[in-house]
Amino acid sequence: MVESGTSLEAKGVAHPLPQACWSCRGPVASGAAFCATCRALQPPAEIDHFRRFDLSPAFDLQRAEVERRYFALQRQFHPDRFAGKSATERLHSVQHATALNQAFGVLADPLLRAEYLLQLSGRPVAGGEAETVADPELLLEAMALREELAEAEDASAVAALLAKTEAMIGEIEVALSGAFASGDLAAAAGLALRFRYMRKFVEEATRRRRQIGA
Amino acid sequence: MQLLEISEPGQTPLPHAEKRELAVGIDLGTTNSLIAISEGGKPEVLRDADGRVLLPSAVAYGPGEPVVGQAARDLLLAAPERVAVSIKRLMGRGLGDLKAVAGTLPFQVEAVEAERMVRLVVGGRKLTPVEISADILRALKARAEAALGRPVTQAVVTVPAYFDDAARTATRDAARLAGLQVLRLVNEPTAAALAYGLDRGAEGLYAVYDLGGGTFDVSVLRLEKGVFQVLATGGDAALGGDDFDHALAEHFLSQRGEAGASPALSVAETKQLLALARGAKERLTTEPEGEWEIVAGGVTSRHRIGRAGFEALIAPFVERTTKTAAAVLADAGLGIEEIKGVVLVGGATRVPLVRRRVGELFGRAPLGDIDPDQVVALGAALQAEALTRGGDTLLLDVVPLSLGIETMGGLVEKVIPRNTPIPAARAQEFTTYRDGQSAMAVHVVQGERELAPQNRSLARFELRGIPPMTAGAARIRVTFAVDADGLLSVTAEEATTGVRQTVEVKPSYGLSEDEMTEMLRQSMEHAAEDMTARLLTEAKVEAERVLFALDAALKSDGDLLSAAARGDIETAVAAVRRTLQGEDRDAITAAVEALDKATVEFAGQRMDRGMQNALRGVNIERLADRFEQ
Ligand SMILES: Nc1ncnc2c1ncn2[C@@H]1O[C@H](COP(=O)(O)OP(=O)(O)OP(=O)(O)O)[C@@H](O)[C@H]1O
Ligand SMILES: [Mg+2]
Ligand SMILES: [Zn+2]
Repeated sequence: MVESGTSLEAKGVAHPLPQACWSCRGPVASGAAFCATCRALQPPAEIDHFRRFDLSPAFDLQRAEVERRYFALQRQFHPDRFAGKSATERLHSVQHATALNQAFGVLADPLLRAEYLLQLSGRPVAGGEAETVADPELLLEAMALREELAEAEDASAVAALLAKTEAMIGEIEVALSGAFASGDLAAAAGLALRFRYMRKFVEEATRRRRQIGA
Repeated sequence: MQLLEISEPGQTPLPHAEKRELAVGIDLGTTNSLIAISEGGKPEVLRDADGRVLLPSAVAYGPGEPVVGQAARDLLLAAPERVAVSIKRLMGRGLGDLKAVAGTLPFQVEAVEAERMVRLVVGGRKLTPVEISADILRALKARAEAALGRPVTQAVVTVPAYFDDAARTATRDAARLAGLQVLRLVNEPTAAALAYGLDRGAEGLYAVYDLGGGTFDVSVLRLEKGVFQVLATGGDAALGGDDFDHALAEHFLSQRGEAGASPALSVAETKQLLALARGAKERLTTEPEGEWEIVAGGVTSRHRIGRAGFEALIAPFVERTTKTAAAVLADAGLGIEEIKGVVLVGGATRVPLVRRRVGELFGRAPLGDIDPDQVVALGAALQAEALTRGGDTLLLDVVPLSLGIETMGGLVEKVIPRNTPIPAARAQEFTTYRDGQSAMAVHVVQGERELAPQNRSLARFELRGIPPMTAGAARIRVTFAVDADGLLSVTAEEATTGVRQTVEVKPSYGLSEDEMTEMLRQSMEHAAEDMTARLLTEAKVEAERVLFALDAALKSDGDLLSAAARGDIETAVAAVRRTLQGEDRDAITAAVEALDKATVEFAGQRMDRGMQNALRGVNIERLADRFEQ
């Protein structure tokens, strides 16, 4: 499912009107996955990733809990459960499973989750390469790390650098949790940007370690 | 969420459950193919009349019907030009992908354009790998029908996890030609994990190392309470026991060259040499050494080789597999110590060097206690049963190779990165680079390399009718969707005008719909009839659905209808039921359409009632709010 910009608008409405069931053409409560009358699978509702997992938007999530919900929902909606059903239901199940995969990808990853929360609150993190250069302090930090990586001569030096970065990421996560809890979105946006940099760096260093190891 | 209150889909009535046919699991291998069936969670491979489990993936063509299996493989020595072997490696492949032995291809090929699937010349016929695979599938289908005593038309077919879109599509097409409906393409290592996990009740992180005749796959999975979640996968769709054979054959040839014999062989001799090398390789699994004799071009030569010598020849291939396995672990973000067990799949894992290296990499003896030849087919059968009879296991797989689009300068922009869970969909926006540009070519590629030509070309299409704008102003949104079979479809849309195009990714190395139709028409068997039968079944399923939905609607809102209106609907229902007794697809479709028309008003009345109820609900709540204040 490609995320649609309208997904959040429905949220404010207390009782959205029923939709017509594609199969029996009677009313289906808005957002219901199955028609209460004929039990046909409806297309997935356009809702945010948290709501899809029946969670309220928050940075602090237990990965195990997200996984538990993901598996339970996939058990219900995965195309393998609809192999013998009508073509339309099969299509809807693919759409549901796709939406679940996409939601899981975001909710299970602290960086994507933080960025998504910022986006939901109308404060997207700078995404493009050009914008990321904004914070000079961050730039210096990133440059210093790159230099260290360039100078790292053996696998263990790269591993040490990786461990250091992972620890920094751990700290960022703690700080993000605090920022979101206190509603300080500006701080959260800054932290998410720094997180993104660190993530990129970890990828680079991992590649490097593989090259050296080879 | 409301959805959790609804009965489990497994419990919802399947209106056609009793009519469900048996579905089989098929392992369509490079060297050997198998067919299996599962009942009550107990999978079993089906044997031929002589009790054999493996069907050699060899087809011999001659004046009569094609001969499949051991008889064809036996012909390889006497009449190699009539026999096709190892064709799985050519599924969805072009000429450039073929592998020569000392400059001679083990196939006689027809010249085709670069970006098209190869055509082989076998036994005087020109055939695509899809048609040859279809012959193998027909033989398997016949075996199952003989063993089960009833027609078999539905199957789960396995493919190497590392198969790209072109090879997957080719496999699905082959099944279609053979009159089999593919319920799902399942990745071979995932099928193996399913069979293994269900049999052993295994939980935790497992690696599946699958080295067959022609392909290598490695997948890391998490097994937990019936969930089989692939975390990462990797491999090489052209690496397997065949390469060991090639290495050994090349070695023998160079020895002959040193002894003065001309190294050049005919196509037939090359096939024979490869068969000999294969036998030698298999013997070296149990014997420390051996001697072989090559007769070619009137020159006989003798060759001695020991296991150490053989291992030196194949070491580079084995290294490639262990490196890939390590990379897949890294992709999954896992350390080797976290892996609870390594499952060995595929005949080539019998080679002692392979077992040793895999054992060393994972620091533990690999598990191979389920027959490595059968485990994939058993898993496919389990999945076939789950799809048709319902089941509680959940297979969550991933995209094996990144999918992307060629951009300016031949660079690839990845749209769906490898190891993304499927089904998946992603959209990416692109723009025009010339003022007034009215069309844009989209080139879809699959692979990990940075430059488009280094990756596999999947499809090319053109988005036309872009309104004239300045360069960079158009917003072309390309959406990739990968379904649960790992098959890609692409849609493109110009966002400001909505000019839209859908592309089934099929072209480059695939067969066009016309070619498929022609092949279906030509196929000696009843593939075309099967197709008509399937369309009829689909029409019936759809009619049943409409009747079921209407019945439910009448039960809940039938009071809305006047006697006359109800009478009209009942007449239309009776008409549908009458056509369902027959075999006329058009009549069924027409009756369903008439019924749809007859119920339009009823549907409107039901929606009105639903709206009123909803609004009443809102009002009551608002009232309650007021009282509380
Ligand atoms: N005892 C043995 N020693 C060495 N190699 C063997 C032995 N037995 C089988 N092989 C090799 O295993 C390969 C066939 O394995 P398998 O039947 O698993 O492949 P496949 O399923 O047909 O191929 P793929 O999975 O790649 O499509 C052949 O290369 C064969 O020579
Ligand atoms: Mg195999
Ligand atoms: Zn309905």
